[in-house]
Amino acid sequence: MARYVMTVDLRRCIGCQTCTAACRHANATPPGVQWRKVLDIESGEFPDVRRSFVPVGCMHCGDPPCMHVCPSTATHQRADGLVGIDYDLCIGCGYCAVACPYQARYIVHKREFSYGERPTEQEEAQFDPNRIAVATKCTFCSDRVDQAKEMGLTPGIDPEVTPACVNGCIASVLAFGDREDPNSNVSRLLAENQFFRMHEELGTDPGMYYIFDSK
Amino acid sequence: MSDEKILPGRVTPWRQTYWDWRAAGNFICGGSGTGLLFFATLAAGNMDAYRTMALVALAFIGCGLFCVWLEIGKPLRSINVYFHPQTSWMTREAIVAGLLFLCGIVTLWFGAGFFAGTTALLGIVFLYCQGRILLASKGIPAWREPKVMPLILATGFVEGAGLAVVLSAFLPGDGPRWLAGALLGALILRRIAWTLYFKAVEKSGLPKKAMAVLRPFGAKFEMVGQLLPEITLVMGIFYDAVLTGLTFVAGLIAAAAGWWLKYTLVVRAAYNQGYALPVLPVRGQGEVKPGIKPGWTK
Repeated sequence: MARYVMTVDLRRCIGCQTCTAACRHANATPPGVQWRKVLDIESGEFPDVRRSFVPVGCMHCGDPPCMHVCPSTATHQRADGLVGIDYDLCIGCGYCAVACPYQARYIVHKREFSYGERPTEQEEAQFDPNRIAVATKCTFCSDRVDQAKEMGLTPGIDPEVTPACVNGCIASVLAFGDREDPNSNVSRLLAENQFFRMHEELGTDPGMYYIFDSK
Repeated sequence: MSDEKILPGRVTPWRQTYWDWRAAGNFICGGSGTGLLFFATLAAGNMDAYRTMALVALAFIGCGLFCVWLEIGKPLRSINVYFHPQTSWMTREAIVAGLLFLCGIVTLWFGAGFFAGTTALLGIVFLYCQGRILLASKGIPAWREPKVMPLILATGFVEGAGLAVVLSAFLPGDGPRWLAGALLGALILRRIAWTLYFKAVEKSGLPKKAMAVLRPFGAKFEMVGQLLPEITLVMGIFYDAVLTGLTFVAGLIAAAAGWWLKYTLVVRAAYNQGYALPVLPVRGQGEVKPGIKPGWTK
């Protein structure tokens, strides 16, 4: 069975936030809600300073704490590893949000717009009332991934069935694919490079792999 | 790992806002109610006294659950809370709450001793569920510390004993002397639980801002919330003439300190994990550097 994961090549990221914009465009998230975002971290002391750009979001954990605590079974894990939320079941209790060590979940209680008091044309077209007062988060664009079999395409290779952030990335920082397939793009990247996973010590088995150097 | 010179922004842990005073209300009222239920079962001299105490206890627990209901985004779907008993401590808490109210009402109505004992036992299970709810919150370092369990249990018993002492002053029977000892014992247990909890978070590390809340709180809590009622109780035990008055004051302070503790833990110290890098990546001609964990004590 597949386990879809994302790799993030930290050597390449320039913090342009195109992935953030692509995600917001594809998923119509309201103001303040960024399922994908890029942290801009400056560390060290002059002259030895570092600037790191780190894309973050839902890690689609192999052992997701958000799913275990969810009292309504709204948060679930699919056979391919993607962690999703059933908006019709979620009661918006916020337990998943405090259980997630990646700050990846959002709850919006009223409709808000990016520019003024009226929705833009796109906001109007993409508004989903089911997302109000429930938990939301990155889905790894599961709606696209779901079309792969029917279309005979491969997630992570063919843009039609690949998450919007990966498609949008201008520096090939992000890659998406099946970790269980040794020949997949992500498996090859992980075989060739050194990587870490964030807060791995918490035992969540996160599905985002951060590449920091070659082997 | 060094966290020197990190630019401001949401990289360091920030205080979560998903659970606010309403969530704290559930922990406060639930802990006090279940603790009171336990001591009501043990200490009430007659059925009338038990009924009064148990009624107050159930009202507390009901109030706590109402607070949660006020907090959830989809209150009309709240029945869905029962869907995940396999792993969710919130579901288990809700199931136990239902059984507890059922048993409690049967006891109040028929005055059955067996059901009173069962209700008290369910109260302890409810309190245990509350501790486990915090413990399972992996995103909040101050909650996921395992020593939070004995702390939640101990303060629930203190609050319950404190309220039982306060109520028994208005009820017939010989509760106070008996309860004064129980309250003192519970206070000592809470002191131990708090000390163990604080030492554990100091050792394992917390977000600096969470520690900046807990450290000054701890100093005040140990003096006002622990030492003051302990001294008051000891004085009451030795000076029989003022026993009722002093235990009443001690009970009130001990219970209020428990509420203060839970509000601090659930609302004020609820800083999230933030972000961390085990190593800093190679960029350009650079090398891999030691990682960073911004905003943490360790």
